[in-house]
Amino acid sequence: MSRRTTPQEDFIRGIWKENPVLVQLLGLCPTLAVTGTVDNALTMGIATFFVLLGSSVLVATFKSVIPKEVRISAYILVIATFVTIADNVLHAVVPEIHKSLGPFVPLIVVNCIILGRQEAFASKNTVGRATLDAIGTGFGFIITMMIMGSMRELLGNGTWLGYPLFGAHFEPWVIMVLPPGGFFTLGFILLGIAWWKGRTAVPVRPRRWPHGVTTEVGGSTS
Amino acid sequence: MENPRFELTASPHIKGPDSTPRIMWSVVGSLAPVIFAAIWYFGPSAVFVIAAATLGCVLTERVFGPGGSLKDGSAVITGLLLGLTLPAGIPLWMAFLGGIFAIGLGKLIFGGLGQNVFNPALLGRAFLQAAFPEALTTWPNVSGPWWALRGDNFALPFMSANPVATVTGATPLGLMKFEGTHTELAKLIIGSTGGSLGETAAVMILLGGAYLALKKYLDWRIPISIFLTVAVLSQIIHVFMPEEPGALFMLFSGGLMLGAVFMATDMVTSPTAPKGAWIYGGGIGVLVVVIRLWGGLPEGVMYAILLMNSLVPFINRATQPRLFGTGKEAAA
Repeated sequence: MSRRTTPQEDFIRGIWKENPVLVQLLGLCPTLAVTGTVDNALTMGIATFFVLLGSSVLVATFKSVIPKEVRISAYILVIATFVTIADNVLHAVVPEIHKSLGPFVPLIVVNCIILGRQEAFASKNTVGRATLDAIGTGFGFIITMMIMGSMRELLGNGTWLGYPLFGAHFEPWVIMVLPPGGFFTLGFILLGIAWWKGRTAVPVRPRRWPHGVTTEVGGSTS
Repeated sequence: MENPRFELTASPHIKGPDSTPRIMWSVVGSLAPVIFAAIWYFGPSAVFVIAAATLGCVLTERVFGPGGSLKDGSAVITGLLLGLTLPAGIPLWMAFLGGIFAIGLGKLIFGGLGQNVFNPALLGRAFLQAAFPEALTTWPNVSGPWWALRGDNFALPFMSANPVATVTGATPLGLMKFEGTHTELAKLIIGSTGGSLGETAAVMILLGGAYLALKKYLDWRIPISIFLTVAVLSQIIHVFMPEEPGALFMLFSGGLMLGAVFMATDMVTSPTAPKGAWIYGGGIGVLVVVIRLWGGLPEGVMYAILLMNSLVPFINRATQPRLFGTGKEAAA
């Protein structure tokens, strides 16, 4: 990580190469819990985006005055401030969605995507780069939430953002809006990504032993 | 090898005629009477549903499975068993989807035959039950002309079944649980009751099971211990609470026969040691009685078997027999 990255890399990294959910497998709690419908998923994504951006800017600004020994507590305080703002705004603007999100809005405080970006990036870089990084990571999270929410709402309810797409006779897959559906959907997406990356992997080279015994060596999936 | 007389191989040197494909195709053969009973009672719908489930399993195995794995017949068994656990009136696309799920997420994702934790057919059914609870609990009546479809089998993919097309009844267990009425024992034994395709004809299931047990392709301890536990437990409860059903009704109703004979005994997902088989069967029996009498669902065989499947590795570890040649203290 010593090499300086360009601003474009700071931005793009969080969306694809280091996508917080699909590659780093962080923030799985909201990803599994509130993606039953698209509007819940989108609201959660935007709230997290806002908190991430705000705290990254603030932490990067004050990084020189935060004592190293209490830095985690300081980050949590900063994050909690923005979560409170987001919670109250959601309560005022979209009370229905706020209600159905339940405890998951306050739980953004302990979302490891946000704390991870503060610890790994915002506290070591300039405000500009921290902002780009937060926007990229936040978009990566929103995109993942939208994919999850779309798949689950389409199959589980036959609608997208509440608009029926398949007509009145669509048979909903009840399981998709239940908790197992979240695990299935995430599992299938991760399976697809692993397959996508595996296409360019070094193939496993079988090594010949006497008497027809074969072992597998040198496999790599990077 | 240039000179086969000096070929060096590891043991075993003497092999029996049984192989995985041979055992698996024998199981397919032993399912024939059950399938015959299903077609006898549910007409063309039975053929279509079983065929759709099997097609889903076989296609998934062909596309995603290791090369040549279709020949061992395990995908066909999974498909047939899945089809036999479904109600006759289910739309065919659901049966097909269940087959894809059973093989894909029940077996191949664990690494193929022999690696799976849960019985693939039951996992497929559990998925369908959770995804389409209404379609999976709509039981067509057995009366009516033989050649008539028992429901809207040909509903378009992703569309609901047309409810008008179905003349529905209830299963004996449903009648027992929700209306408190008994079904005659003779009807339960020959299978002329409502229910899933393959679960109604107890005689036919026992016939197939006896053949497999004689060939030693299933561990007789597992079905016997399930039957014993269910019978004893439900009879004790019946004595103290006469409103609950007695042992014979519990044995011959619902999916207990089919599950105990063909699903709990799956070689991959049942314990290997004899002592383990007793523990496993007893656990399934207790769970079946508990779910049937005090659970929200009328039937609990599927979840009982799946739950005990997940305990099989621990049962195997706890009941490992003493190694030949080691002392008693070494086994502890």
